[in-house]
Amino acid sequence: MGLTKDYKTEGMTNEALQNLISSWNPELEFSEENSQFLNITVQPEGLHQLMSQLKSNNETLFDYLFCLSGVDWGEELGVVYHLESTTYRHTIVVKVQTGDRETPTLDSVHDIWATADFHEREVFDFFGIKFNNHPNLKRLFLTEDWVGFPLRKDYVDEINMVIK
Amino acid sequence: METTAINNNFKSEEYFINMGPQHPATHGVLRLLLTIDGEIIKKVEPDLGYIHRSIEKMSERDSYQQIVHLTDRMDYLSSHINNEAVCLTVENALQLEIPDRVKVIRTIIGELTRIASHTLWWGVMGMDVGALTTYFYGFRDRELINDIFEETCGARLTMNYNIPGGLMFDIHPNFVKRVKEFITHFKTKLPEYDTLLSGNVIFQKRTKGVGILSKEDAISFGASGPVGRGSGYSCDVRKHHPYSALDKVKFNEVLRTEGDTFARYAVRIEEMWESMSIIEQLIDNIPEGDHQVATNAVIKLPKGEYYQRVETARGELGVYVISTGTKNPYRLKFRSPGFSNLSLLNHIAVGGKIGDLVASMATLDIVVPDIDR
Repeated sequence: MGLTKDYKTEGMTNEALQNLISSWNPELEFSEENSQFLNITVQPEGLHQLMSQLKSNNETLFDYLFCLSGVDWGEELGVVYHLESTTYRHTIVVKVQTGDRETPTLDSVHDIWATADFHEREVFDFFGIKFNNHPNLKRLFLTEDWVGFPLRKDYVDEINMVIK
Repeated sequence: METTAINNNFKSEEYFINMGPQHPATHGVLRLLLTIDGEIIKKVEPDLGYIHRSIEKMSERDSYQQIVHLTDRMDYLSSHINNEAVCLTVENALQLEIPDRVKVIRTIIGELTRIASHTLWWGVMGMDVGALTTYFYGFRDRELINDIFEETCGARLTMNYNIPGGLMFDIHPNFVKRVKEFITHFKTKLPEYDTLLSGNVIFQKRTKGVGILSKEDAISFGASGPVGRGSGYSCDVRKHHPYSALDKVKFNEVLRTEGDTFARYAVRIEEMWESMSIIEQLIDNIPEGDHQVATNAVIKLPKGEYYQRVETARGELGVYVISTGTKNPYRLKFRSPGFSNLSLLNHIAVGGKIGDLVASMATLDIVVPDIDR
């Protein structure tokens, strides 16, 4: 207690972030359209490297993964990562998609942020996305013998779901 | 003859026991699988999903007004703040201008909710470590807040007082008077909490130096609320991303650096003082005006993505909405504070005893429906 804090600290602007991050990997796509954050779309192969760079680079220091969401975009399945830096207080969103709906597989980021352990298990449970190198990838909420992945858009359960 | 013990990969002296799903210390239907060596915990694995209702899937077929009602079934002790999170998401997406009166009332009730939640937590925290009296003290004070809620919102727990665009109805004429009475009352009662429990030697031995969480780990595990702040991690959404009337009031973010069970306990006690201070600053200055602005009967958010963060009694609640421009969200994700806070339980409990696990878990302040959304 007694710590005086400056809550106004602003980190890098979205433009500066975009310039810096695009210099690491020119294939990244950036967008600020329809969102309050800067969004990066990355290919699954480049995901883990980008994430560890975002966390460890001294200018970005994204050490707080405050949200990890699975999304079914219709054709593709993917994950959205919301990141914040507790040092600079700037935020960024990273999106990754895979078109493989049979065996969608992405790299785990649990070794970068420990909170990803549970969140990735939730995504595996509800979207069926597998995460490479995850230490304990099994269903989190549903039972092991549950068939299908309920949060996918093409999931049908005629008995338990009430369709209006 | 083969036995099951050989088939499992346990060492000879290790065994596992079930804690829950029907256990008073798990505060709901949470099952913990404990791997134990003697009385030393080797591993804690939460088994979730006993009351999962898939609120996120239901939200995809519901209107935004309906989703508000689902949210107070998540963390029911922060129901007003959960409602507010969804309402703020919708209002920001529609760029609605919300009257100051609404903002102030929302903040007052939000802070009352926080006090009510913390008093209940304090009661059960004492009970978890064997002090039964605290439960009655905590409930005595919480009742008064619930009475205020009942008069103004019509409900004591799942309040549904917020709607997109404002409040469902204006405050009750007695509201200001009763809130002031409560503050006067609670200022004399909160010091009793310290004399009864905080200074108790047995309690301090049970909590100090137990369940230590470092600041780095707190950030990595996504801890928020008093769990993060007990480790010296400044994570108060009310400070970093103020919403409603929170940018107009002065209050301190309570931080402690010890990171143990007692630090998390002390943060919550201190936060009740801060909440009272916020209420006092606002209660005499509720602006006149409308208690809601008109919205369309069918709310359609413009195509895009929206994220809203609020500070519930447990920590950071995030609402992530992907809208395609229809009356339902395409995808709605709740980033609940309890979910991330629970994920660090194994980290702080390993190496301790079962009794320490109970004490640590009490200061994580788990509400299971918040985890099993």
